Amino acid sequence: MDVVKEVLAKHQKELDKYKPITVEKHLECRLDVGSLLITDPNDFDDRELRDNKEEYLTALTRENTQLLVNAIWELPTERVDESIVAKLPEPTTVLPRLRKPPGPRPLTKWEKFAKEKGISKKKKDKKTYDETMDKWVPTYGFKRAEAEKAKDWVLEVPQNADPNTDMFQKKIDLRNEKVAKNEIQRMKNIVRAKKIDMPRSGYLGPEAASSSQLLTAVTVAKSSTASVGKFQNKLPKEKEARGLGIKELIPGGKRKQSHITQTPEKEANLDLIKSVLNKKPKLDVSKAVSMEKRDNRLAREAEAENEPGKKGGKKPKGKGSRKAVGKKSKGNRGQRAPGKKAQAGRKRR
Amino acid sequence: MKRLSDERAKILFEHLSKYIGTNVKHLIDRPDGTYCFREHKDRVYYVSERILKLSECFGYKQLVCVGTCFGKFSKTNKLKFHITALYYLAPYAQYKVWVKPSFEQQFLYGNHIPKTGLGRITENAGQYQGVVVYSMNDLPLGFGVLARSTTDCKTADPMTTVCFHQSDIGEYIRAEDTLF
Repeated sequence: MDVVKEVLAKHQKELDKYKPITVEKHLECRLDVGSLLITDPNDFDDRELRDNKEEYLTALTRENTQLLVNAIWELPTERVDESIVAKLPEPTTVLPRLRKPPGPRPLTKWEKFAKEKGISKKKKDKKTYDETMDKWVPTYGFKRAEAEKAKDWVLEVPQNADPNTDMFQKKIDLRNEKVAKNEIQRMKNIVRAKKIDMPRSGYLGPEAASSSQLLTAVTVAKSSTASVGKFQNKLPKEKEARGLGIKELIPGGKRKQSHITQTPEKEANLDLIKSVLNKKPKLDVSKAVSMEKRDNRLAREAEAENEPGKKGGKKPKGKGSRKAVGKKSKGNRGQRAPGKKAQAGRKRR
Repeated sequence: MKRLSDERAKILFEHLSKYIGTNVKHLIDRPDGTYCFREHKDRVYYVSERILKLSECFGYKQLVCVGTCFGKFSKTNKLKFHITALYYLAPYAQYKVWVKPSFEQQFLYGNHIPKTGLGRITENAGQYQGVVVYSMNDLPLGFGVLARSTTDCKTADPMTTVCFHQSDIGEYIRAEDTLF
């Protein structure tokens, strides 16, 4: 009997070592096995918490953890390499995020344009067949430059170029320029994506500025007087700068004009018309000739009508004018005038 | 609707004077009220001031058009007249071209006028003179620019173009959506 007792006591001792796996809870706990989370809605036992806080909290935690482990064991398990594995379901608890999730990458200017126009990128082959070299040549990357050098070992100097220009250096320069341009465009794309207001470049000087930039600079400078350029003289063919964002640069340009003005528009328009119509007309030679011809014809017709005696009246009385053209030969009817002395000078035969 | 800038007003009047010469004055100086030119989305409109005042209560985006559209400014600041301007150009036209009845339809489909299609022409018109094109029974059909002066027309081959087509009343159907 002692043996039985002893065994039982030993078993009891062993059982005491392990706490029970069943847990009694007043309210059911919320479980989210997917994110290995358990939430206990039950109230704390006030007295326990006050008397032996540590022990109570440890016990409570153990119980709750036990519940979670129980739930995990309910999942279908499988054995992988001597360890038991359970696949967790999708987490149901929504966890808040510290930062907002990153959006899609902003498109570059070209990508935006291509999307609008429906242009899709064509993938180039890694190698292309070069007919002059009669072999496959890499289109980009490793050994491309070498292949190009082998292909373009001689370069033609165009006829209109200076014969001493280094075409190889020119080629390198062109490439460097392209790289630099691409870099600037990359920067611009970044600026555009970050929506930073970049300051305007302003007047770049006579060498660097484009014609439109020069025009803008002139327009801005002219309107930068106290009277916003109202009394500035204009050159005869001067143009005003136009385009996006130029109006903002011009002082006084933003001011909106009223639809109906105090100064009568009619008068202003009539003045403008007068200046347009009074422009000195260009001398149009062909028009002048045609007008002259017409006047002559009209004059002749009028003259013909005044002389009813002649038939048709169309024959011009042009004998006088014909004389000026050249002397007609006498046609064997001329007078020889033998008495007249021959012309002095060399004897003509 | 905004007022034409000085530059654009000048372009407009120069362009008008190509077709109607000194008669441009009559468009502004009218006995039946004040008329003026206004610009809206690069188009030039010819409006009486009375209607313009009424149009003021509409915003830029709500307004489609007011008055008669005369033409449109291109991005390079060049003016092109629309056929809708014909109603005002035809009565004042100084240089005219009449097309033969057999060529009327051809012209209304947007073809240039060859010498064979030419019925009559005003005397004294120079090359590149803006003209109004009429049918033989004096119905205005459109306008164009002379490719050859009147005197050159007489000596030209029958198939050479005499007048370049610019606009015709067929556009009321063909270019309905871009006209006004």
